[in-house]
Amino acid sequence: MKGLSLIVRTITDFVVAFIVIFGAYIVLYGHLTPGGGFAGGVIIASAFILLMLAHGKEVAFSRLGVRAAHVLDSAGALAFLIIGWLGLAGGYFFLNVFGRGEPFRLLSSGMILPANIAIAFKVGSSLFLVFAALAVFRRRSFRPMIEDDLS
Amino acid sequence: MGNITPQLYTLLVFMVIGSIVAIETRNLLSAVISVSAVGFALSVAFLFLGAPDIAITQLVVEVLVLIILIRGTILLDNTSVETHRDTLAVVTSLIFFGLLLGFGAMIFGSKGFPAFGEPLMRVSKVYVQTGLPSTYAANIVTSVILDFRAYDTLGEATVLFASILGALAILRRDGKTAKGEVVPA
Repeated sequence: MKGLSLIVRTITDFVVAFIVIFGAYIVLYGHLTPGGGFAGGVIIASAFILLMLAHGKEVAFSRLGVRAAHVLDSAGALAFLIIGWLGLAGGYFFLNVFGRGEPFRLLSSGMILPANIAIAFKVGSSLFLVFAALAVFRRRSFRPMIEDDLS
Repeated sequence: MGNITPQLYTLLVFMVIGSIVAIETRNLLSAVISVSAVGFALSVAFLFLGAPDIAITQLVVEVLVLIILIRGTILLDNTSVETHRDTLAVVTSLIFFGLLLGFGAMIFGSKGFPAFGEPLMRVSKVYVQTGLPSTYAANIVTSVILDFRAYDTLGEATVLFASILGALAILRRDGKTAKGEVVPA
């Protein structure tokens, strides 16, 4: 059996893009409105998890593979660390050395926006990996029982 | 902000009942859903307390954890658990609870709790006063977790990274051998 019913799959196709856009909004406006990298990353990960629940794991992995999620996970963590190191240019680890711009604008507050984006990639892909690990890797003793499982 | 105490007490009673149901129920799926109800009530409580950042994060993480836990629960063939109470565990939790109450009485007993919105640590007042002028971030929470306390956030990200790495290493299929299987050299 592949995925859930036709109704669920149709609604999922319609809704997934909006969930990703909402997650991106939460990430990018994290320094202006409530939200931030962590919450936005989890929302984006939940969009891919919805895809995996509705369509089965093949469709979800064709959008975001396990290897790509690994790379994004490590790249996000590394990017956040590099943003911290850039502060050393001003003398201290995590010093806000970028231009701070005007308050209440999208491009303001220096390193907070790039740090939010890095954390969103890191959190989103790693939480997707947790769910992928549950869907892909299974204990051998379970294998006969769940051969015809949902995904 | 108005008087929010009745709503908060209602939510707290609901959360306590939910926790007791989660502990006492035999069915694993019911326990997972009760824990989740406690989490959603906590997210509403954060909204009442005027902390939308935490409320959003709590809500979103709660949904994800609910999905993952249900997913893990329905993969088990036996979803009902026999109640098995370890005397040592009960005694230890009672001792820790008593210690918690004792230390709380030692610290807050003479002076009473600090008033709402007036925390004990003076550093939070500095964050509130200098958050916008020194970081230019309109959201004060983000300016604390990604500027003043970015080092803490790095630690949190490292913990998440290490835990995902460990989970994938334990759950992996490649390179695992079944019991008695001989790996060809």
